[in-house]
Amino acid sequence: MTQHDAAPAPEGAPETTSGSRLTLGWSVAFGLVLVLLVFVGLMLRRTQEGPIQVGDTVPNFVLTTFDGQQIHLADLRGKVVVVNFWASWCKPCEQEAADLEAAWRHYQPQENVVFLGVNYVDTEPEAKGYLAKFDITYPNGPDLGTRISQQFRIRGVPETYVIDAQGRLTDAQIGPFTSLQEIKSVVDSALAQK
Amino acid sequence: MKRWFWMLPLLAAAALVFGVVTAQAQIGTPHEPTDDEVNAVASQLYCPVCENIPLDVCGTQACAQWRELIREQLAQGWTEEAIKAYFAEQYGDRVLAEPPRRGLNWLVYVLPPLLILGGGVVLAQAFRSWRTAAEDAEEPPPATIDDEYAARLEEELKKR
Repeated sequence: MTQHDAAPAPEGAPETTSGSRLTLGWSVAFGLVLVLLVFVGLMLRRTQEGPIQVGDTVPNFVLTTFDGQQIHLADLRGKVVVVNFWASWCKPCEQEAADLEAAWRHYQPQENVVFLGVNYVDTEPEAKGYLAKFDITYPNGPDLGTRISQQFRIRGVPETYVIDAQGRLTDAQIGPFTSLQEIKSVVDSALAQK
Repeated sequence: MKRWFWMLPLLAAAALVFGVVTAQAQIGTPHEPTDDEVNAVASQLYCPVCENIPLDVCGTQACAQWRELIREQLAQGWTEEAIKAYFAEQYGDRVLAEPPRRGLNWLVYVLPPLLILGGGVVLAQAFRSWRTAAEDAEEPPPATIDDEYAARLEEELKKR
């Protein structure tokens, strides 16, 4: 024990103790509020983040198709991936449905391009009806938990994202494609990426 | 009377057959949920497409499809909780009007009462300190013996 520790408490010591207890209480309260504010700030920053930018590496996702097949984006590295978000209740989606299927059939024999349909906030019978109506044959599945659409931060449907063989985003089409040629143009551009 | 007596077993058999057929028909016919029953579940859900509009009053086709799905699920005997769980699994927790009580969602339930409680404590302390300060201010200053003028005044008064 040091000399300082052994010294008698000065007059008014109880007040000092209760004062420091009060200060400690306030410090803890302010600390908690600060932690809360930081947490809210981080959450807000996360929600305010924009969509994946062209040139960014697209994080992996898993699409479970309507027939139960699981497709991992990471497994498609080395191929160009066209990710189309659509819904059966979306009228503009119908404009591009036939062109997307035609593009898929054009690239399918080359085996270096994959088309994936992500069905956004839809009901299964109507979604399957839509696929049958437009005779869509490339893999399609529901966006379970809206996880994939949240990852891409889509603003609506239709939206189409083209990913090159290295897993980088090369094109983001907001709204429907207006022609088959337009789709081929963005896919060819992705295929040309080194 | 005797003439009708022999018909009793026949009537009983007919009643039995009618009862069985009616019961089978009731079991076989699925319950058709009313709009109120559908909306009671739909009002607890939000479609991500039309944010901040409960499903029961949302007018988009997407929401109409969801309500139809709820109707089918109710007709199949699904409970309200099972339907909500299905929608949360399919479309994410954000479709639920009331966040599920797990993980960070607990903050929604715990923080407001804590903040109100904390605010109450702070206010109580502030009121107490204000009252003490006011009471101190009201008390007259104690007479000081060292006050030379007061002592002389007292002395003069005593002389008279």
